[in-house]
Amino acid sequence: MKTKLTDIASVVRSKNSGPYELTLDVIFNEFEDFEKVERGGFIDEKLICSLYNVTPDKIVSIVAFPPAKAIKATIKRPLCSGDLGETDVYGAQQHAPLLGLEFDI
Amino acid sequence: MIKEEYRILSTTAILGYGFPISSFDEGMRRNPHLIAVDAGSTDPGPYYLGAGVSFTDREAVKRDLEIMIKAGVGRKIPVCIGSAGGSGGKPHLDWNREIIEEIARENGLHFKLAVINAELPKDLVKNALAEGKVAPLDGTEPLTHEIIDETTRIVAQMGVEPFIEAHKGGAQVILAGRAYDPAVFSALAVEQGYDKGLATHLGKILECAAICAIPGSGSDCMFGYIGADYFRIEPLSPLRKCTTVSVAAHTLYEKSDPRILPGPGGHLDLTNTNFEQETPEIVKVTGSKFVYGGAQAVKLEGARKVGYRTVSIAGTRDPVMMQKIDDIIAGVKERVADNFRDSSIDYKLNFVVYGRDGVMGALEPLRKQSLSHEFGIIIEAVAGTQELANTICSSARSTMLHFGYEGRRATAGNLAFPYSPSDFKAGEVYAFSVYHLLQVDDPAAPFPIEYFEL
Repeated sequence: MKTKLTDIASVVRSKNSGPYELTLDVIFNEFEDFEKVERGGFIDEKLICSLYNVTPDKIVSIVAFPPAKAIKATIKRPLCSGDLGETDVYGAQQHAPLLGLEFDI
Repeated sequence: MIKEEYRILSTTAILGYGFPISSFDEGMRRNPHLIAVDAGSTDPGPYYLGAGVSFTDREAVKRDLEIMIKAGVGRKIPVCIGSAGGSGGKPHLDWNREIIEEIARENGLHFKLAVINAELPKDLVKNALAEGKVAPLDGTEPLTHEIIDETTRIVAQMGVEPFIEAHKGGAQVILAGRAYDPAVFSALAVEQGYDKGLATHLGKILECAAICAIPGSGSDCMFGYIGADYFRIEPLSPLRKCTTVSVAAHTLYEKSDPRILPGPGGHLDLTNTNFEQETPEIVKVTGSKFVYGGAQAVKLEGARKVGYRTVSIAGTRDPVMMQKIDDIIAGVKERVADNFRDSSIDYKLNFVVYGRDGVMGALEPLRKQSLSHEFGIIIEAVAGTQELANTICSSARSTMLHFGYEGRRATAGNLAFPYSPSDFKAGEVYAFSVYHLLQVDDPAAPFPIEYFEL
């Protein structure tokens, strides 16, 4: 049975990490779920590329931070914060594609 | 002998965001060694840095500072403000200094104020560039003399050193230009010999004050204690708790890698950090290390002016128009370009379509599968003067309003305008142009300090 990310994560958010990068945080409620998702390698380069329409070279890092039961993915912004044509100066509304995730854990 | 804990009262997430006086009083009851606040961020975008304008409101900043300075000066507790005016350039610093002078005058307060400048002369940056001391950050293009010339303002993020120097210089209130966010909290603890890793990590958490608590808030105080090999973090409102998860989660905030956090003079290594629930409200943190290394460097931020903006806000509820929106936008752009072909106006015309990809732009995975029954449309024109931006926006707006597209039934007009006038002059437009690392021999040297006896 698939488990919905929104059932096991208390925080799913995006934010600028400096004006040129966007960082996505998933923080799990239970360490066990964090570990299952982390060990399963579910949140990987391929997933982020498909969710965000980006190529692998735009991915800065995907790291787990066990003290916070968190997995973090950072990507290059297509446009620097505030550049002409850019649509989210703070980068705080880029998390939605993650909300629909489901995992076989 | 066991050293006393160093105690820090952080008043609010950003100076001017406010805090309950009851929380502040709770903090003062804990006899802080320092009252500090971070005022800055690049988050609000390049405009504020370039234009020399604060993104926080003057009255709100004055309210927060008046409480902090009256309490601090009265009890001889240093008051430190980092990244004055949000962007920490010279005009931001002057703006905030005036507020402090006004507070001193109105309250009959007398104290020594240190003002630390963080705006760099362009020649300094050019010379450093020529000596190969400037490197790109986060994949930016290498800096050039041309970019420096085009840039309106360049600031550098100071580390702890200038704060320590100002404190040694006898300042009771320290107003700093652009600063590495944690430095305003960690500097005086580092001066007293407390561990830099712990102080920096605590500073990183305190810079957003109560955002690290549950429930989080951008407008409440937070209290930090540094011991020999730990720090503790405590909310000051009975409404809030710090939990191991809320504090650890905050450590992730706005950073690419939560384990290694680069800053002036080295990096913070949180690989072996441990978060422990000391009481239901307080979290104790151990194991955070500061690793000195590499060349001394400070981060540069700069913005250049790209023109003036005019926007028009409209919407459509017509399903045929919505289906054809890409063709319509392309058609309008073409008409406007053709219209001004001979006048050689240099402009940018951009359309944001809410309901389709207005929030995520190129990152939007559902661009082609929008289920919206209506679109919000922003027509944005940027050109060399406000008048030219108005002209382009007006032309695009009227062209779009009456644009004849394939399958059109609604021949009276394509757009619903919520306002009259429909177009808004948005003023100067800036873009980030400098985001680089500057190598320095002396990390205090780029940040001259002026003292004022108020």
